[in-house]
Amino acid sequence: MTRRQSVLRGIVLAVGAVAFLFPFYYMIIGSLQTSPDSTPGGAFPNPGNLTFENYTDINSRINLMRGLLNSGIFTGGVIVGTLVFGVLVGYALAQLQWRGRGVTFALALLVQVVPFQLLMIPLYVMIARDYGLADNYLGMILPFAINSTAVIIFRQYFLQVPRDLFDAARIDGAGELTVLRKIALPLVRPAILTVVLLTFIGPWNEFLWPFLVTKEASMQPLAVALANYISNVAATAANPFGAVLAGACVLAAPAVLLFIVFQRHFVSTDIGSGVKG
Amino acid sequence: MTTTATANPPAGRSTRSPGGRAPRRRRQFLGKNPIGLLLSAPYLIFVIAVFAYPLVFAVYMAFHDYFFAAPGAQVDRPFVGLANFQEVFSDPAVIRSFGNVGIFLLINVPLTVVLSLVLATALNKAVRARTFLRVAYYVPYVTASVAVVGVWLFLFSGSGLVNQLLGPLAPKPSWLISPTWAMPTIALFVTWKQLGFYILLYLAALQSVSKELYEAASTDGAGAVRSFFSVTIPGVRPATVLVLLLSTVTGANLFTEPYLLTGGGGPNGASTSPVLLMYQKGIEQGHPGTASAIGIALVIGVLIIAFVQRKLAGGDES
Repeated sequence: MTRRQSVLRGIVLAVGAVAFLFPFYYMIIGSLQTSPDSTPGGAFPNPGNLTFENYTDINSRINLMRGLLNSGIFTGGVIVGTLVFGVLVGYALAQLQWRGRGVTFALALLVQVVPFQLLMIPLYVMIARDYGLADNYLGMILPFAINSTAVIIFRQYFLQVPRDLFDAARIDGAGELTVLRKIALPLVRPAILTVVLLTFIGPWNEFLWPFLVTKEASMQPLAVALANYISNVAATAANPFGAVLAGACVLAAPAVLLFIVFQRHFVSTDIGSGVKG
Repeated sequence: MTTTATANPPAGRSTRSPGGRAPRRRRQFLGKNPIGLLLSAPYLIFVIAVFAYPLVFAVYMAFHDYFFAAPGAQVDRPFVGLANFQEVFSDPAVIRSFGNVGIFLLINVPLTVVLSLVLATALNKAVRARTFLRVAYYVPYVTASVAVVGVWLFLFSGSGLVNQLLGPLAPKPSWLISPTWAMPTIALFVTWKQLGFYILLYLAALQSVSKELYEAASTDGAGAVRSFFSVTIPGVRPATVLVLLLSTVTGANLFTEPYLLTGGGGPNGASTSPVLLMYQKGIEQGHPGTASAIGIALVIGVLIIAFVQRKLAGGDES
């Protein structure tokens, strides 16, 4: 590896990092400006132009706490559903012999490439109209209730556990549920955090589906409330960009912080195996 | 890989009940551990309710004159054959939206493959600041589109930072309100937003490229560039097939970005996507049959593209 090559590589990586991070930096700066300053100088904090007004402004238009709470319930419901049912299927797929196992595994792979856009209209008719679950947390959660990528990650983890371990417990007289609870669950604890992180980004950032099923502002997740603000009322605010960016910071912060804190658990091999199967 | 992993039957199980013929027959039919089916039942029901049934329902809608009625009301929704498809394909707005998504894919897919492979290769060899760089690269991916759309609106507005830096080179009308530039700007946004995920996929794939191949290449006198083309690119081919497929499917799903960045597909339909039209026609205007026909046409289009990509990229071993 020559010196010139490693310098070149450093430049490529640094340019990449700036391109990825600058918009986030600009989002924070912009959310703190009294009046939007889009000159190159505006990219640096100017003490005379700093304010928290944008945050109170956006909070008076859309209830930020309510939005965060709705996003939290939506995301939490999906995570709980995925963890509970995903572990069960993952275990059954990796360690048990039963009719339909191959089909179930094939389905878990297949549903990941079924485009949501085709299902959007029928799901809307079913959930919002036939079941009357519009403006309802259950209606929001239902289409995402079990993340199939998580099922495959759990299966992958359970495959790494030697089968003899389970057989030994069965010989000792443990029932299937005891085996699952006492042996399987403790062994996949590392997978749980990965699955939580991976599942989190789906519903937290999802816009299209909750946008379709929530019309009532008090039920909207923050992403939907902010999007409605951007497309409808932003023009009437004193500093529309500032208010939008303040809302964007509030929406982005939980996801970004979570991933910075737990970045070790969001590693390429897990994700790779989850997608490739 | 697992389908071949058959276990030895738990010792002592079959010897315990020599007279139990009925359980044995049940075991033959349901497999050795029928409880597996029970554990998977919630997931199977979920897949049927949320994927299989809606899929059939979508096809049904596309071939019928489907309209919204009060829940439980018995209404006649006649079979109309291909009428919905005829209507869809004679609508210039629909044709235009498919053209738009075509432009989007032509920019987004190659850019995604090249940039994510180059950055993943560089990151794979980096010694310093690896963690920082990895986090930096996937931050856009984990952030909501709705949040980062706000910044892009600010950056690419008429008097935004991008135009300020470009000075006289700035396009007029500005990026997102220009019929020429609206779609490329959206494609650039989505590429930037999704790149971190594809970098992760390539990083995983790079771990499985054998080190000996690189050593052999360098013994044969290949430089870094040569071994990138002769070892890395063939080595990550299965990942490339996957990246092509996933970025095409994501691109065809385009909705949030034109809805917010260009105020619902503006200017004048220059950035409308098929899914945006499905929303407008199916839900806002109450023609779910038409919307489903667009959806089916879109999925068939994606399947054709995916098939061609697979042939070209040669993903047989993946």
